[in-house]
Amino acid sequence: MTEQKKEFWRWKEYNWHDPGMDWKKAGVITCGIDVGSVSSQCVIMCDGKLYAFASIRTGSDSPNSALRALGRALEGTGMTPDNIHFTVGTGYGRVNVPFADKAITEISCHARGAGFMYGPSVRTILDMGGQDCKVINIDKNGKVLSFIMNDKCAAGTGRGLEVFADLLGIPIEELGERSLMEDEPEPVSSTCVVFAKSEATRLLRSGWPKERVLAAYCSAMAQRVISLLKRSGIYKDFAITGGIAKNIGIVSRLEKGLGLTALKTTHDTQLAGAIGAALFALSLASGAAGEQGQSN
Amino acid sequence: MITAGVDAGNKYTRTVVLKDGRVLATGKVLSGFDQKKAAEESLGQALKETGLKKADLSYIVATGAGKAEVAFANSDITDVSAAARGAKFSCSTARVVVDVGAEEVRVAKVDQNGRVVDFAVNDQCAAGTGSFVEAMSRALEVSVEQMGALALQSTRTVPMNAQCAVFAESEVISLIHANTAREDIARAVLDAMAGRVISLVRRVGAEKDVVLTGGMANNPGFVKSMENGLAMKVVLPAGPDFIGALGAAATAAEKAVGD
Repeated sequence: MTEQKKEFWRWKEYNWHDPGMDWKKAGVITCGIDVGSVSSQCVIMCDGKLYAFASIRTGSDSPNSALRALGRALEGTGMTPDNIHFTVGTGYGRVNVPFADKAITEISCHARGAGFMYGPSVRTILDMGGQDCKVINIDKNGKVLSFIMNDKCAAGTGRGLEVFADLLGIPIEELGERSLMEDEPEPVSSTCVVFAKSEATRLLRSGWPKERVLAAYCSAMAQRVISLLKRSGIYKDFAITGGIAKNIGIVSRLEKGLGLTALKTTHDTQLAGAIGAALFALSLASGAAGEQGQSN
Repeated sequence: MITAGVDAGNKYTRTVVLKDGRVLATGKVLSGFDQKKAAEESLGQALKETGLKKADLSYIVATGAGKAEVAFANSDITDVSAAARGAKFSCSTARVVVDVGAEEVRVAKVDQNGRVVDFAVNDQCAAGTGSFVEAMSRALEVSVEQMGALALQSTRTVPMNAQCAVFAESEVISLIHANTAREDIARAVLDAMAGRVISLVRRVGAEKDVVLTGGMANNPGFVKSMENGLAMKVVLPAGPDFIGALGAAATAAEKAVGD
């Protein structure tokens, strides 16, 4: 990728804070940081209510991404790290949150975060992340019963979609919407992202519009994710977390293929891990008994 | 009697023209997007070398991913059969044939008569195929050939965790940023690739002689990684990337006599 070429895979980093909340009045301020292989998220909570968050690209500098995410989340709030009572780090890079008071596994944090975002009825969580896909089954108390993961293969991951965004010249945020169509094409034959690329090129050359190629790929991806879900077992209610939950092209095909509707949320699904971490931080800061995640 | 074999591969379309058991000429073109045209061009190249015409050929057999597009072929055979037949032609003591293609890896176990008794194929995943190495060579900003030469200079092993070509590419970039020596990265890449291929070999069982075919057999760095991983020497036939086409041409000779 040269400087002149527009980088379609480069999704926008973002941050937000609630202008209507006065954090100075909060009792306990906690922070959850989820360092992923592709993106890092930071969430700030005041007494368990969402106050601020940020999502940035981890890039090749993962040791510093936790600090950068924190800085971004605090932008414009007047809050400094000293105001935070307890920080929990998670994600595959949780060892890279050096200032965290505790590190907790991403499985536990996603389960907790999903509970916050989707409510207590969630039993199966599908986390579609940057480089892996996880299916987590929890009981009514939010305890993790089982989980399986595909982290060996880019098919069905954010990285796979980044490759496609670049190949087709469609900004990654638009991939979902632009893949929707009335006349659904057959899925691409191989799920391998490397092979799908050459297959996509062939289809484009034969006259297929970009959107149709995209639809064929989203369809293949959805099929792969469905076979992962079936291996794990799906229990109602079913919810999706991670960045790809924002991709309506994948989500709608998943729901159609499963014959199930996933719960919807107004929260940003990419924050699930960091939200769960911030909630664990609250339990730990308050010295509350009960919900303890697996720590390491 | 003159026959031809056309191997319509995912990357290259190769032709071998065989006369009375000896290779007369070869052709090689990029398969590109028009496989039918590539097959014509490939055969045309080989014929031009010999001054022969298509009509002079008694029988033509096609193989490879695009074999259905080789319109002028009399019949076709599978990649595995072609690789086994070609390897046996070149090396009478062949017992295991390892054929590393651009998008697929095939391993065949053959008996002393060259008959395929077992085989294993990876066609779902780029790991262990030519595509994997090409992706890594782009990340390292060298050619695949240079990667082989670099790897031979490596003096230490660097672990590579990713199996997937897409993830491995990111891993290579991280290694570059961490200032890891390029020759060590190159070797890690070829070791990882050999690892994938060898796990396929284990499914049929490694047994002397192991014949390595396909484009990657021309890469000394990869050959070394294979031999280290197998703890065995491998046999490199002449023109290893033409073995499929050769096997097809040899099969054509048998069929022409049979008809």
